[in-house]
Amino acid sequence: MSPRDDLRPQPPERPERPEPDADPWTDPALAAALLAVDPEGLGGAVVRARPGPARDAWLEALRQGLAEGTPLRRMPASIGDDRLLGGLDLAGTLSAGRPVWSSGLLAEADGGLLILPMAERATAGLASRLGAALDAGEVRAERDGASILAPARFALVALDEGAEPDERAPEALADRLAFRLDLTGIPRKALGEPAATAEDVTEARTRLSETAVPEALGEALTKAAAALGVDSLRAPLLAMRVARAAAALLGADEAGEIEGALAARLVLGPRATRMPEPPPEEAEPEDAPPPPPEEQGEREETPEADDAPRPLEDRVLEAAEASLPRDLLAKLAAQATPSSAAEGGAGDERRTPTRGRPAGVRAGPPRGGARLDLIGTLRAAAPWQTLRRRTAPDAPGRVQVRPDDFRVKRFKRRGESGLIFVVDASGSAALARLAEVKGAVELMLAEAYVRREQVALVSFRGSGADLLLPPTRSLVQAKRRLAALPGGGGTPLAAGLTAGLALAERLKRRGVSPYLIVLTDGRANVGLDGRGGRARAAEDARAAARAVRAAGVPSVLIDASARPDPAAAALAAEMGARPLALPRADARGLADAARAATGG
Amino acid sequence: MKLEFPFAAIVGQDEMKWALRIAAVDPSVGGVLVFGDRGTGKSTAVRALAALLPPIRVAEGSPYNLAPEDGAAGIEVPTPVVDLPLGATEDRVVGALDLERALTQGEKAFEPGLLARANRGFLYIDEVNLLEDHLVDLLLDVAASGENVVEREGLSVRHAARFVIVGSGNPEEGELRPQLLDRFGLSVEVASPRDVPTRVEVVKRRDAFERDRAGFCDAWEAAQAEERERIVAARGRIGAVATPDEALALAAELCLALGADGLRGELTLIRAARAIAALEGAETVGAAHLRAVAPSALRHRLRRDPLDEAGSEARVARALDEVMPA
Repeated sequence: MSPRDDLRPQPPERPERPEPDADPWTDPALAAALLAVDPEGLGGAVVRARPGPARDAWLEALRQGLAEGTPLRRMPASIGDDRLLGGLDLAGTLSAGRPVWSSGLLAEADGGLLILPMAERATAGLASRLGAALDAGEVRAERDGASILAPARFALVALDEGAEPDERAPEALADRLAFRLDLTGIPRKALGEPAATAEDVTEARTRLSETAVPEALGEALTKAAAALGVDSLRAPLLAMRVARAAAALLGADEAGEIEGALAARLVLGPRATRMPEPPPEEAEPEDAPPPPPEEQGEREETPEADDAPRPLEDRVLEAAEASLPRDLLAKLAAQATPSSAAEGGAGDERRTPTRGRPAGVRAGPPRGGARLDLIGTLRAAAPWQTLRRRTAPDAPGRVQVRPDDFRVKRFKRRGESGLIFVVDASGSAALARLAEVKGAVELMLAEAYVRREQVALVSFRGSGADLLLPPTRSLVQAKRRLAALPGGGGTPLAAGLTAGLALAERLKRRGVSPYLIVLTDGRANVGLDGRGGRARAAEDARAAARAVRAAGVPSVLIDASARPDPAAAALAAEMGARPLALPRADARGLADAARAATGG
Repeated sequence: MKLEFPFAAIVGQDEMKWALRIAAVDPSVGGVLVFGDRGTGKSTAVRALAALLPPIRVAEGSPYNLAPEDGAAGIEVPTPVVDLPLGATEDRVVGALDLERALTQGEKAFEPGLLARANRGFLYIDEVNLLEDHLVDLLLDVAASGENVVEREGLSVRHAARFVIVGSGNPEEGELRPQLLDRFGLSVEVASPRDVPTRVEVVKRRDAFERDRAGFCDAWEAAQAEERERIVAARGRIGAVATPDEALALAAELCLALGADGLRGELTLIRAARAIAALEGAETVGAAHLRAVAPSALRHRLRRDPLDEAGSEARVARALDEVMPA
């Protein structure tokens, strides 16, 4: 439906335009100053960078702008709800003999700054809790026998340390924060001074409430956002607030073109999902996506074009456009799916026994391998102590614990798994085969709720392999991304296996156990270098298969051709894969086979 | 109390607004699920609903919002709209021992939870797809029985808990369990508006609201009052709205054509159509009413058929055209 869904990056053919501001520090420094002016209104920033001088310098610039004594809280990588939202203070309660509640980190950050390290690993659950606090400016929790409602007006700095393009801070969080800065690759010598002094910022803060954003500018920013394919309506609202903060910082009574352009550059540019349509007089490139319908309506509605040759919205849009990276579309294709850590079914916290994110506790005896949660148990016992002492004064021990109090740690039944379909899309049977695989993927996702598995699809044909569906748990996404499947051409089996293995390694790094499900007849005719030649292609395929085996990635090889080929069985042996002949495999059959193979 | 964005000022999102109005008129339609993109005002709309609901009469001091006994006057309170935030613990949801009294006075007293507070009102769960499984199960149990039972160490409480669950979420962050899905009477899908003038209007109103909440709410009060009256009037009328056999037959046919499981779909369809007829001031349920509510009442009950290219939206539309050609 939308051009965004097209996976293949199309190099944008744009007229030459001047490079964006040459100093890479200008925009980050400005963002830090603006955020210090209106922390609550702007929500915060996603700062993508490895730990290092650039990130430190940015945080320092932000900190300098904030008032003396502003609370600054750093969130531990694994934080439980009791610490985040607040809850019963166990030690205090037991020693005081009355309920003592401790406030959570969100409430402690009120009026200040909350720093979230490793934001790319934040779960959907965490993102959602943070999002609710950001939206409401307060934290609302119902925990441990108390209704907690505390102010929590803070700016969130999400430190995104993702290495891969698709390892990013969850969109649910990023959507609520005005800025998305990428500090990677800013050399140390480019790091400059903060953009504004602490006095400037303080003054701007007092002026903020009287600073206006004219309606026309809000409209221009909204239209620019639409032209850039920014769906969420939070973006133009945040851009308006950035324009207001900028005006306050520059000492203007109302935001004008300069502030609007700045807001567009800082807020809208990094959110762009497409190049804006070129002005009508330019020739349209052949392969440009069709103009979205709203553009036409918009053009008809600019009657003031007569007296203002370049309407405000064009200038605002231009500013945003100037900040777009030249390889925007390629980048978008690489990160078209949210990082898997951001997804998650109900209650799923990506629990792995080795990586100890708090997984929550629930009532129940420590039986059947369940581990007792001592703190949770004591917490449950605490309220009853006075009562129990009264009924059983002679019971031994300071704290009386009864079976009802037992709480057990919750772990996942087994590690989350990621099923990677690697599908031969070459030759004439490709389309039918792909359609069945697509059906299998969707069937599995439809059923995946209970199983917590991710599914990905790599296809190979012609001269290489394509990642058609990055690992996802969302049926909605799968349907969107698998709308059109290309097929036909040569058989670059080695490239397919290599791509599948690379993806498997990536999943492993995220703590997901990968499985490869390879669909092919095993007859390669295109080598790893993309050139034809059976002998070479077969040799490459065998090497790739051995690499899969060496990496210890469990796999199954399904030969779906009418007459199973010995080549497939041979390849399976090299790969350490379970061979499976499945003539006329349909979607259901494939899904079942994949399930069986992975022990699901 | 913070002022919420007025319902009447929400731009577009008609299906969502209708579903919420229907639930306000006839709570027995059984809950509303709002699924859709980020930043489309899902929670804004649900929170705005509270202001439209007519007050209820409760027995004074009842922690469970029970209706006053015969003869007693009781007091008037706003219809409860209770938030169930993520991270809520089970004891707060169902109710538990009153900590303060237990620890300081050694008394065994029950502190009612969210389910008690939500009785005769609405329970709102934002990001319902992220709610912990065991809480979801618990809610389903209570919603099905209309009663909350707490048994623990001599603490034994049983109280009415009838509420309309309103859930919202973004499907990209995880699907909802099918068992939970069809517990919702109505399900709507929201998306960001596509046309630029609408988007501009949304942003304009939101900005105006945020700059001056009180002023904005004042400016919309007349429209809000109209919405409220419409709901009150529809509540009064709904009992008198006739449901002719033809409408029943159409509803049955529609569900059959879609393979929508169970009788719940048909029942919801009829109830929702009746509510919409009441809202529109019609005296009988007609095909137009069924047509209007069919997508919300049925789209989440279709048997999943991933191999069918068409989304549930299109399948409902197709069945509508078959069963009741326009």
